Amino acid sequence: MGSLRARLTPYALVLPGGLWLAIFFVVPTLILLQFSLMTGNEADGYAFTFAWQNYSHSLTTYWPQFVRSLEYGGIATALCIVLSYPIAYWIAFKGGARKSTYLFLILLPFFVSFVLRTISWQFFLSDNGMLLGPLKEWGLVPADFHILQTSVAVVGGLTYNYLPFMVLPIYVALERVDPGVVEASYDLYCSRTQSFLKVVLPLSLPGVFAGVLMNFVPASSDYVNAEVLGGPDNTMIGNIIQDQALTVRDYPTATALSATLMLALLLGIFAYARALGTETVLEAAAR
Amino acid sequence: MTTTLSPAPNRPAGRTRSHGRLGDRLLLGYTWLVIVWLCLPIGVMILFGFNQVQGRYNNRWHGFTLQWYAHVFDLDGLTNALKASLVIAVLSTVIATALGTLLGVALGRYRFRGAGASNLVQFAAISTPEIVMGMSLVAFFVALNVPLGYLTITIAHVMFSLSFVAVTVRSRVLTLDRSVEEAAKDLGAGALDTFRLVTLPMILPGVTAGALLAFAISIDDFVVTNFTAGNVETFPLWIWSAQKNGLPPQVNVMGTFIFVGGILLALANAVAARRRPA
Repeated sequence: MGSLRARLTPYALVLPGGLWLAIFFVVPTLILLQFSLMTGNEADGYAFTFAWQNYSHSLTTYWPQFVRSLEYGGIATALCIVLSYPIAYWIAFKGGARKSTYLFLILLPFFVSFVLRTISWQFFLSDNGMLLGPLKEWGLVPADFHILQTSVAVVGGLTYNYLPFMVLPIYVALERVDPGVVEASYDLYCSRTQSFLKVVLPLSLPGVFAGVLMNFVPASSDYVNAEVLGGPDNTMIGNIIQDQALTVRDYPTATALSATLMLALLLGIFAYARALGTETVLEAAAR
Repeated sequence: MTTTLSPAPNRPAGRTRSHGRLGDRLLLGYTWLVIVWLCLPIGVMILFGFNQVQGRYNNRWHGFTLQWYAHVFDLDGLTNALKASLVIAVLSTVIATALGTLLGVALGRYRFRGAGASNLVQFAAISTPEIVMGMSLVAFFVALNVPLGYLTITIAHVMFSLSFVAVTVRSRVLTLDRSVEEAAKDLGAGALDTFRLVTLPMILPGVTAGALLAFAISIDDFVVTNFTAGNVETFPLWIWSAQKNGLPPQVNVMGTFIFVGGILLALANAVAARRRPA
């Protein structure tokens, strides 16, 4: 009796949260997939007809936005790696007693709403705003020069918004590197560069992989940056999904686009997770 | 350990060190440069809460004023949106923390059939793009004829913050010394008393960190809320719909309040965690 109770304890603990996730995450995902094969509209109702044309139609119509999303997401992620690595390296190896202070400073933007931060950039970069206004008055840039409504602004916004998600996992990986190992590489006549390339960099790669995951997925499915900082030429797939779902209310198209996006990203994620082990990535994601 | 060994004789230690010092200084400067870049829009937000705005767009400096702080709650729509955000954040944090803590304890403490599946679902919930989550929930609620509003937003927020709480608590549970709990049992405490009097106080830093994370994610969430809100407007949604016509400076003031409040909460938690060593 006691042993049965002991055996059931973990299930009792998991049950409430597990049910919540099952009902409000797993089931909706299945319904998303079901919806993406339905035909109909809000007024007449929907019927399940294995409507694969939802996929072919939305993919052919919105192919440019799909490509652009992956492109912007990819460039922003690459920029984040390049920009984050030196910071993570410096904090992990030279931060000393101030490590947590620096990490806190890197996380500071998260205390301001994501939308508000992005709009703040819009104000700052606007055509006659704080930055460009004075520059134009002093004649340093031509009067018709603009930053907003360009792909540079959108990719810049994506890079800005997701940078801390890259610094943290790289930092966590570097922090775990045993200084003795680095010391040993010097003792074995490695130069600083060799030691970095052959010892530190490989040991930090899991952190980079986790960071890529945490950057590329949200960046390539984002629509806030494209909407606030971009123009009509910078529309990403997120903008299309949002528009189809909330304005046009064409649920079959919106769900087919979402399902395609999810499958494309999940394939990549599970390839990653398999290579790294799910728990490592989860842990990195939690920090 | 290895540092106590004498270095290899031929290693050019002196040159490496001076080279290192310059490199370190460059890296330090660079780190601060990026921190300034990260904080720039926050500075802009705070500064323009003090601006004597002229016209619709609050993007040029026209002089210092405190009037927006005096009239911060003058815009009913905005004030209600902030209230809605706070109510949803508190409610979803309480539920997510309770469910997530149990989940985290189970995953950190027990080996059981289904633990792998549970980990996988949480992992998927953390890594699924928000827009897909939002779209799935809309399809789900539409299929079930559930009207969108406070209820659906709260359900969604609990769903996506639950996993973050579980992961935070789980990593705390993994660091605990099990023998303390066994000692409590040996001394006659029941399972529930052991949990309440021994386990819970030990994992409390993990639980509060998870709760803070859940609160922060909820109050800041835009994408999933945008999909599941119906006619309800939260703080980020209000900003979103108002931004095309220029934002009133009250938004900057409220943003500043949330920013300062969040920092104070985080610092308080860090101080409390330090005072309560593991």
